[in-house]
Amino acid sequence: METIEAIRDRILATFPGAEVTVVLNGSPSAQHSLRIGKAHALAIARWLRNDEALSLDQCSNVTGVDWPEREVTENKVKRIEPGCLEVVYHLYSISKRLGPVVIRMRTGNRTDDVTLPSLTPVWRACEFQEREVFDLFGVHFGGHPDLRRILMWDEFKDHPMRRDYVAPDDFDWEPTPHDDVLARAKENREKRTAAPAKEGGA
Amino acid sequence: MSDASQVTQSDRDEMRRNGILVTSIQEIYNWGRSHSVWPLQFGLACCAIEMIAASMAKYDIARFGSEVFRPSPRQADLLIVSGTVTKKMAPQVVRIWNLMPEPKFCIAMGACAISGGPFKQGYNVLKGIDRFLPVDLYIPGCPPRPEALLHGLIELQKRIGKEPMRTSRLSPAAGDSPAKTYVLPEFGEHDIVPPCNPAIWKAPELTGLDRT
Repeated sequence: METIEAIRDRILATFPGAEVTVVLNGSPSAQHSLRIGKAHALAIARWLRNDEALSLDQCSNVTGVDWPEREVTENKVKRIEPGCLEVVYHLYSISKRLGPVVIRMRTGNRTDDVTLPSLTPVWRACEFQEREVFDLFGVHFGGHPDLRRILMWDEFKDHPMRRDYVAPDDFDWEPTPHDDVLARAKENREKRTAAPAKEGGA
Repeated sequence: MSDASQVTQSDRDEMRRNGILVTSIQEIYNWGRSHSVWPLQFGLACCAIEMIAASMAKYDIARFGSEVFRPSPRQADLLIVSGTVTKKMAPQVVRIWNLMPEPKFCIAMGACAISGGPFKQGYNVLKGIDRFLPVDLYIPGCPPRPEALLHGLIELQKRIGKEPMRTSRLSPAAGDSPAKTYVLPEFGEHDIVPPCNPAIWKAPELTGLDRT
């Protein structure tokens, strides 16, 4: 397979002005990926599928990454790096026996600018997996044919795979508590003794 | 019945050894009842595979009269909660239990149904079906072997055999109303509502929390 840089250069030659960045993976697997701007994402995806040399006809996996806001120190100046949500697609070519080619897309932030183009029109296999990313990370996929929650119930409001998700506190008892769980068990016991009337929930 | 109870079990066993069968209506009644415990054909996760294995030729739950796995809760006596109960599934499990006619029994099979098991710290798993259902018997294991399920069934049969005939058997928490329905949790915005049935479940009081 051609290198990730060669793929990037061919994409840039086909779509002048598109945002394509190589994300290097320093681990021994060296599975580098391409970060693609959402403006041209759908066209680039279609091109990756139809291209003679690559013909990436199979999307095997879609997943999400949550990048919360974080403080970075550069040249002794602290600044807040804004957070975002990222979606990762693993593409293979069954006909050419190639892959994986990994592409990524990032949302503007983690709150209101969370819409990305859906790649379901290009790879039908993305449909359920994009629904899962929508369910667990809260990324909205524009152009998805049926964007509903897939694992959690429809009334659910949270996105459990986000880093700032707080699970419901039904950790009321653990036979052998230790460390964090011990702290929570003590906290729960104090809550119970403070408000015995509300014991056991509604 | 009161006359029959004057003959003790050891008297009966003694007479049986000598070829005399003395029994009571209650004993026959409970013998029949305990050997036709029909489980509901209902599985949730890997424990269900062990439950299916228990029903097949090698373990053969039919030897104990429970071969008839019923596809309808209306015809079942025993709910084997075999596997992980997710919060999304919990209302359906309680609904099935409510549909089963009395007298009925509930077995929590495996670590997940008992406490959430390896998924206990997850956001989407109910930490034990006993938060919503009156469990008669817990079978630990991950998953329990078919022999453990058979052992559980035999223990349940022993318990049925000791029940007085005149007071119809109700689940321990059911109180005196045979038409008792259990609280169905609803899907809330962050969790199921309520997170447990406070009428039948309460967090055990932990001791030794302050020990260092």
